[in-house]
Amino acid sequence: MSNEEAFVSIRGMSFSRGNRLIYNDIDLDIPRGKVTAIMGPSGTGKTTLLRLIGGQLLPDKGTIKVDGHNVPTLKRAQLFELRKQSMGMLFQSGALFTDLSVFDNVAFPIRVHTDLPESMIRDLVLMKLEAVGLRGARRLMPAELSGGMARRVALARTIALDPEMMLYDEPFTGLDPISLSVTVKLIKSLNDALGLTSILVTHDVEEACSIADYVCLLSDGKVIGFDSPENLINSGSEQVRQFMQGKPDGPVPFHFPADDFSADLFKRVK
Amino acid sequence: MRTRLMELAVGAFMVMGIIALVLMALRVSGISTSEVGDKYTIKAYFENLGGLTERAKVSMSGVTIGRVTNVYLDTEDYVAVVEMEITSGMSTLTTDTSAAILTAGLLGEKYIGLTVGADDEYLEEGGVIEDTQSALVLEELIGQFLFNKAEE
Amino acid sequence: MEGIIDKLLNQIQKLGQFGLERLQALGRAGVFLFASIPWGGPGSAGFKDLIKQIYSIGVRSLSIILVAGFFVGMVLGLQGYTILSDFGSEAALGTMVSLTLLRELGPVVTALLFAGRAGSALTAEIGLMKATEQISAMEMMGVDPLKRIITPRLWAGFIAMPILALLFSLVGIWGGAYVGINMLGVDEGAYWGNMQASVEFYDDVIKGLIKSLVFGLVVTWIAVYQGFDSMPTSEGISKATTQTVVVASLAVLGLDFVLTAIMLGSI
Repeated sequence: MSNEEAFVSIRGMSFSRGNRLIYNDIDLDIPRGKVTAIMGPSGTGKTTLLRLIGGQLLPDKGTIKVDGHNVPTLKRAQLFELRKQSMGMLFQSGALFTDLSVFDNVAFPIRVHTDLPESMIRDLVLMKLEAVGLRGARRLMPAELSGGMARRVALARTIALDPEMMLYDEPFTGLDPISLSVTVKLIKSLNDALGLTSILVTHDVEEACSIADYVCLLSDGKVIGFDSPENLINSGSEQVRQFMQGKPDGPVPFHFPADDFSADLFKRVK
Repeated sequence: MRTRLMELAVGAFMVMGIIALVLMALRVSGISTSEVGDKYTIKAYFENLGGLTERAKVSMSGVTIGRVTNVYLDTEDYVAVVEMEITSGMSTLTTDTSAAILTAGLLGEKYIGLTVGADDEYLEEGGVIEDTQSALVLEELIGQFLFNKAEE
Repeated sequence: MEGIIDKLLNQIQKLGQFGLERLQALGRAGVFLFASIPWGGPGSAGFKDLIKQIYSIGVRSLSIILVAGFFVGMVLGLQGYTILSDFGSEAALGTMVSLTLLRELGPVVTALLFAGRAGSALTAEIGLMKATEQISAMEMMGVDPLKRIITPRLWAGFIAMPILALLFSLVGIWGGAYVGINMLGVDEGAYWGNMQASVEFYDDVIKGLIKSLVFGLVVTWIAVYQGFDSMPTSEGISKATTQTVVVASLAVLGLDFVLTAIMLGSI
């Protein structure tokens, strides 16, 4: 895979939170126009990776290039411009503005960033809401929506400005089976229809594999596998297979790093 | 509709603020229109101010016609100098006008009382009142009283 | 011996660290305020937000301010009358009530009530916005949450506080008049006349207004900063809300001393 094809390209990036090293000198390329799933056990900093790409967190070292711009070194105004032009992020909770109706939520980014007349905004918003199947819910307030509906409204809001890249933070968590399959279908169809580059962070192996072109496996601050889903499931690496097939223990440790258990038990309490 | 009500409420709130300010100005601090407008400054020398301060009233027959703007000590003659602004509506203060430092009530604030004389000429900007009467200082009064008693 | 020195050094280090942390927090709050100032001027969208915020911060604090102001004025009338009548100067009641309210109690009590009523609500609101990722979502849309969320609230506090303080003083003066004139028999002419003779529009009314402008900015600043800087958990938000009321109240009382000293020109 050459550099021109990569929409996001990460080189030698390290990030630590407190004393805990979350990323240790990783290299990663996210291909343009494809769906890439970032997977790994909970607590490996998958969401952190999205925030690093979005520029909400700064790495300790290394570069994170999005569409050729090195995110960590951008000035505040340039960063906001880049986010406005090419990034959309769907949050786990939906993150709808609770004091605005569904319609106004979707209209919000359009109103802020453009000077379009209200009639055109209305058309655009209805178009986006139609795409997620919630045109009829436009007068509801976020508090009146179910979790799955809220996430779809948030999706409509995120695509309101036609971003080039979509970042999905745990889009499948906490959804009932119907909402789940709706969301999976939506992400795939949006990606194909709009030619987006999508990055989704998840630990639902099955759903992710059904729509992802590539899967990136993270563990212990390292990329332990980057390939198509089929190749990874049949990977030679035991660590990769453990995750893809969902085994409780293996090379990816079950335990959070700690001292020796018996030593810990018999330690004198001060 | 909800936004409209909200905007109306905020508008009413702002208007209330402005009305409150106007009431403060007129009803509470008693600003009258006569205080606004042209003024001219005159001076008076006193031997003792007895607690007269800046912004004290200058009145004539009980009507406020100006304010003390500055109080300082003349270091050559060692007398107190009082500068006061008089509204230009009162432009007919004669040159022999007299000024006295008076007290409003027994313990009240000090103010300057002016009494017009009989001259033909009027005080102008920077004019000086020659005939002044210093503040009554209680200690001096008592001292004088005792002195007089002793003489008797 | 060595153990004691070690402990002592430890304590000193902790103290230093505490001081540094405070300093850092203050610096963050300063940068935060600076970034929230609308250098380019508020847009038309900002104006709509401003109205909304003045409504929720100002208009909805009106009832508590008016009721509190009336009672404070009545108490001042009662207490003032008792003290002044010992000196036979009941006529100065109007002066006493109005000067106390305009110079001190109006701005200060309004700011304290404001911190409790509107400040805590602001902190909780922004803290929840942070906890539900609304602020992150805004950032990722390329919208500066400082300009969008914080700026209109700061302005609203700055505008609403002096109006509330003025109304508080005004209602209080009427409360004092009600008690003094109708219940205690102070001469109505003396009440208003002496008040008008001694209240200076610039020295008392305007200086009181300047105080409440400063308080409005500071209380709102503390409230939104605490919300923005809170831990996005329920415990963090409740902590931040308490912190807002405590810090804002202390800041108001401390600043009141400083402002009064500057205005009286004695420092």
